Amino acid sequence: MSKKITEISAGSMADIAFLLLIFFLVTTTMDVDVGITRILPPPLQDSIKIIVERRNLMNIWINKSDRIQVNENEVQVEDIRQLVAEFLANDDFRIEETPPSMPEKKPKAIPLLGQQVYVSKGIISLKNDRGTSYEMYVRVQNELAAAINKLREDFSEKQFGIRYSQLSDEAKLKAVQKQFPMAISEAEPAIIGGN
Amino acid sequence: MKLKKSAKGNSEISTASLPDIIFMLLFFFMVTTTMRDTKLLVKVIPPDATEVQRLEKKSLVEYIYIGPPVNKKYGDETRIQINDQFISGLHEISEWATTIIINRPEDERKFLTTSLKVHKDTKMGIVTDIKQELRKANALKINYSTRKNLANK
Repeated sequence: MSKKITEISAGSMADIAFLLLIFFLVTTTMDVDVGITRILPPPLQDSIKIIVERRNLMNIWINKSDRIQVNENEVQVEDIRQLVAEFLANDDFRIEETPPSMPEKKPKAIPLLGQQVYVSKGIISLKNDRGTSYEMYVRVQNELAAAINKLREDFSEKQFGIRYSQLSDEAKLKAVQKQFPMAISEAEPAIIGGN
Repeated sequence: MKLKKSAKGNSEISTASLPDIIFMLLFFFMVTTTMRDTKLLVKVIPPDATEVQRLEKKSLVEYIYIGPPVNKKYGDETRIQINDQFISGLHEISEWATTIIINRPEDERKFLTTSLKVHKDTKMGIVTDIKQELRKANALKINYSTRKNLANK
């Protein structure tokens, strides 16, 4: 009697587990979601107009044939990274003066960096047509992100001795992000016009 | 050198631990995977990008799918899918987004992300419209879903 109770056949256990395993294999997806995260501007009140000085602004247009213009020149998508990196560069964040070809800087207090450091006032203005392809739009966004990430990497390495992508200290991450913000502005679609 | 063991011990490999091994595999898959919950009605091949961030916390992410319908009977024109169905008008997006935001506890709201899964050949017009709708609903954090491609030219 006692022998019968102690022995439960476990032979089919593996089969049951296999069935479950196969069920999960079929019904699940492994892919992690990745993408480019952006914060949209809050809904606009009519009366507010922000005036940005010409030298602080870099205009990027993408037309409906996916051709790109930066300020006065037509460029290829590969060139954007370099142009943006040069535009937003801030070689010495303790000095306010900039050459007239570069955007101005504004003083700011950033923890870990100092009570009065200077952050570039440069803003990238991205405008696209309704006929622009999504693929080109994402490529341009990607180039912009790459340029700013490059600046952050270099700055982090110089300041903290660690690459930005390897930084784990929350405070340092914040400091670098404040020094090189994602200064991308997207126009109100009403201004673009055309189809 | 005596390599030969008793014939009795050699004849069978114990399978007693097999269920355990399979169960471990099973748990591994259960933990690392997510359920495929929506059936895609539109074709979405996301564009490539290198500077991507991971979407953490799946529970705080809502998805909008934009692309040509899979089923040809709905035509070729770009459609928008939310949850399991096409939407009929753009205004539904802000209504949908507002409902999601109100139903969340206050401290979670600012982490809510709307993931835009857009087919790469889509025109920006429709994407801009969706962004405007999301702004109306104050769902400001968005994510352009991409594939990570390191071999970027």
